[in-house]
Amino acid sequence: MADAPEKARDPEKEKRKIKSVSKMKEIMTNYYIEAKTARDSGKKVAWITSGGPVEPLIAMDVIPVYPENHGAMIGASKMGVDLCEKAEEMGYSRDLCSYARADIASAATNGGPIGGLPEPDFLVCCNNICGTVLKWYEVAARYYNVPLFILDTPFVHREFSDAARDYVIRQIYEYIDFLEVQCGKKADFDRMQEVGKLSVESMRLWQAVLDVAAHKPAPMSAFDAFFHLALIVTLRGKPVVVDYYQGLLDEMNERIRDGIAMVPNEKYRLLWDNLPIWYKTKWLSEKFASHDACLVADTYTSAWSGVLPLIDENNFLETMSVAYTKIYINISIDLMIDKLREMIRKYDADGLVMHSNRSCKPYSLGQYDLQKMVMKELKIPTLIIEADMVDERQFSESQIDTRIDAFMETLKS
Amino acid sequence: MNPFDLFASVSRSPYAHARAEKKNDGKKRIGYFCSYAPEELVHAAGAIPFRLFGARRDIRAADAHLQSYCCSLVRGGLEDALQKELDFLDGAVFPHTCDSIQRLSDIWRLNAGFPIHFDVVMPVKLNTSSARQYMIDVLAKFRKDLEESLQVSISDDAIVESIRLYNRIRDRLEKLYLIRSGNPESLPPSAMNMVMKSAMIMDRAVFLEALEQLLETLSNTKAQSGGSKRKRILISGGICNHPDIYDVLAEAGGDVVWDDLCTGYRYAGGRIDESADPIEAIADRYLTRMACPAKHLSNTARGEHLLEAVREQKIEGVVFLLLKFCDPHAFDYPYLKQFLDDKGIPNILVEVEEQPAPEGQLRTRFETFVDML
Ligand code: SF4
Ligand code: SF4
Repeated sequence: MADAPEKARDPEKEKRKIKSVSKMKEIMTNYYIEAKTARDSGKKVAWITSGGPVEPLIAMDVIPVYPENHGAMIGASKMGVDLCEKAEEMGYSRDLCSYARADIASAATNGGPIGGLPEPDFLVCCNNICGTVLKWYEVAARYYNVPLFILDTPFVHREFSDAARDYVIRQIYEYIDFLEVQCGKKADFDRMQEVGKLSVESMRLWQAVLDVAAHKPAPMSAFDAFFHLALIVTLRGKPVVVDYYQGLLDEMNERIRDGIAMVPNEKYRLLWDNLPIWYKTKWLSEKFASHDACLVADTYTSAWSGVLPLIDENNFLETMSVAYTKIYINISIDLMIDKLREMIRKYDADGLVMHSNRSCKPYSLGQYDLQKMVMKELKIPTLIIEADMVDERQFSESQIDTRIDAFMETLKS
Repeated sequence: MNPFDLFASVSRSPYAHARAEKKNDGKKRIGYFCSYAPEELVHAAGAIPFRLFGARRDIRAADAHLQSYCCSLVRGGLEDALQKELDFLDGAVFPHTCDSIQRLSDIWRLNAGFPIHFDVVMPVKLNTSSARQYMIDVLAKFRKDLEESLQVSISDDAIVESIRLYNRIRDRLEKLYLIRSGNPESLPPSAMNMVMKSAMIMDRAVFLEALEQLLETLSNTKAQSGGSKRKRILISGGICNHPDIYDVLAEAGGDVVWDDLCTGYRYAGGRIDESADPIEAIADRYLTRMACPAKHLSNTARGEHLLEAVREQKIEGVVFLLLKFCDPHAFDYPYLKQFLDDKGIPNILVEVEEQPAPEGQLRTRFETFVDML
C-alpha cells in the first residue's frame, strides 16, 4: 500500500509559529553540551536553584546548571512518572515536589531526556522559592559529597526588616568568598558589575517580551512564555540572552504590526497562576484556544523580571540580593494579591486560571484565599485545576476537560 | 490530683484545661505550632504559650482555605481556629519553618480572627555567624512586637527569670526521660507523651511543680538490671499526637524508651545560658540543640544525632513516625534510614494522615517488627 500523502501544511498555523524558537533550541542545546563536557574543558559546574543569584557564577566562569529546568524538561518529555516512581522506590514520598523526585532519580540512574545532569563541583541553594530546595540540595550534597552554599532569604510576611536586609547582604559577600575558595581564584568585581548589567538588560528585555501580550490580540501566550523562560533562568548575565530576547521582541512587534494573534479569534483573555503543567501544555493551549481563549500572561514567568525596579545596576550585588528576597513566591498572600491585581489590569484579563500544584506548596497553599479575593474584588471568574507540574498521575484529563468547559461557559455568559 | 492523673487529663482535653486555667489566672494564651516558637519570651511577657497539635478527622471549614495535600497539623490547626474552638487564645506566633506553616501564617492572620499575630522569620541555616546575628535580631524584634501587642514591657530580668524556669523544666524532663529509659516499666507506655504534651499546654510554673512531684514519687525506682525480653524502641519524626501508638507498641513487646520528636526530646534538649545576654542566650540554644529538618545545621547532623541516641540508649529498633505531606521529614527519611541500615539497626516507617492506620493494622505491623528484633 502506498504511503499516505504527506499532510499539507496549514498556512494559517505556519503563520502563527514563532520563528525564533529554533534559535532558542540551538542555544539550549549548546548550553547543555557545554555543561556536560565541562570536565574536559576544565570548567567548574555548580548546581543552582532557579531563584538563586547566578550572576556571580557567570562572572567566575562557572557553568551553572539548574535541576529545576531539568525537572521541567523531564516533565515536558513525559518522563516524569517513570522517574518519580524510581524516587519513590528509593524511599522518597510520593507527596514530595516532583522536580526534586525526578531529579534525584535521574542522578541515581542517569535517566531523563539528557541522561542525567553533569555532576556538580559545588551547590548553591537559595530558599527564596521554597523550603523544598534546601532539603533537595542537602540530598545532592550528600550524594555527590560536594560543598553546599545556602543563601537564606527570609520570607516577607508583611514587612522586610532591616535585619533581614543586613542578613542577605552579608550573605552575598559570603557567597563570593565561597566561590573564591571553590574556584581557587579572586573575584573580579568589575566583571561582576558587567555581568550584572547584562543580567538587568536581559530582565528588561524579558519583561518587554511578556508585555507584548498586553496587546489585543496577544501575539504570544503564556505557553510561549513557559518555553522561552529557560534562557532568563539559566543564562541571564550572558550576552547571548540579550541578543536572543531582543530578536524575540522584534519578532513579537512585527507580529503585532502584521496583526498575527497566537489564538485566532481571540475573544477571552486569561491569566495563569503557578507553574505550567509541563506534560500537558499543548493539550491545554489547544483546549483554551478551542474556546477562543488565550492565556495572555502568568504569575510564574514574570518572577525573573518582576523585581527589576528594585535593582540598581550601579550597586548590583547588594540590591540584587534584596530584590531576590522579594520575588513573588517569597511574599505573603496579601502582598501577592497586589501583584495579581496589577497583572489582571495590565493584561486586561477576563478570568483567572489557577493551577493548584501538589508539588509546590509555597505557590499553591493560599491560592483558595487569593481566588476569593480576586472574585470579590475584581469580579472575574476563576478556575482551579488540581494537578502536578511533572507527575502525570495527578492529572485527570476528563475531569479537567469538563471543568474548563464549564468555566468557559460562565465566562461567556 | 496525683501528677500523673493531671497530665493524663490535660493531654486528653487540652482546650478545656486552658479555658479553665485562663478563667483562674486571667493570663493571655498565645498559640504556636512548633518548637522554634521562642516560648521564653512569650512567658516573660506574662502570657502562656499554648501548643497546637492539629490532627482531627473532620476537616470542613479549613477545606475552603487549604488543599488536601497539606499536613494534618496545619489543616487541623486551622480547622480548630475556624470552628472557634480556640476561643481561649489571644493570638498565635508563627516561627518560620516549613512551606506549609509559612502559608498557614498568612491564612490564619487573614481568617482566624485573632487580634494578635506574630511572624518570627528566623534563619533557615543555623551554622554561620551572620545567621546567628540575624537570629538575635529576630528575637529582639519579637520581644518588641510582644511588648507592643500585649502592652507590657519586658525587662531583661523577666527574661532571665523565664529562662531559669524553662531550664528547670527541661532539666526535669530530661531526668524523666532517663528514668524511663533506665526502667521502662516505671511509667505507663504513653506517659512520656502525656507529660510532654502537658509541658506545652499548662501554666509552666504549675507544670514544673507537678513534674517535680512525679519525679519525687519515682525517685525510688531503680534502673533495671537488664535481662528483660522486651525491646528498646526509639521513635523519630515530627509531632506525635497519638499516645495509643505507645500502647500498641508496648503490647507488641516494645518499649519506647527514647525519641527524636519535636513534641518530645527535641523540645527538652538544650539549655539556655543564664548568665549571658538573655536574647543571645536564647538564640544560642536554637543554634546548638538538635535541629528540626526544616532547618540546616549540616548535611548529616540529624543522622549522626540519631545514631548517637541509638548507641547511648541501647536502642534495638527505630520507628519512623511521619506525618503525611510533611516535606522536611519526608526528605530526610531515606538518608536517616540508610544511616540505620548501615549500622544494622532495624527500622520501620509509619505514616500518619489525620489518624494513624487502624489499630489492628498497626498491631500486626508492630508485632512483626518487634518479633524481628
Ligand atoms: S516546584 Fe515549588 S517546591 Fe518544587 S522546587 Fe520549585 S518552588 Fe520548590
Ligand atoms: S514541618 Fe511537617 S508537620 Fe510540621 S507543619 Fe511543616 S509540614 Fe506539617
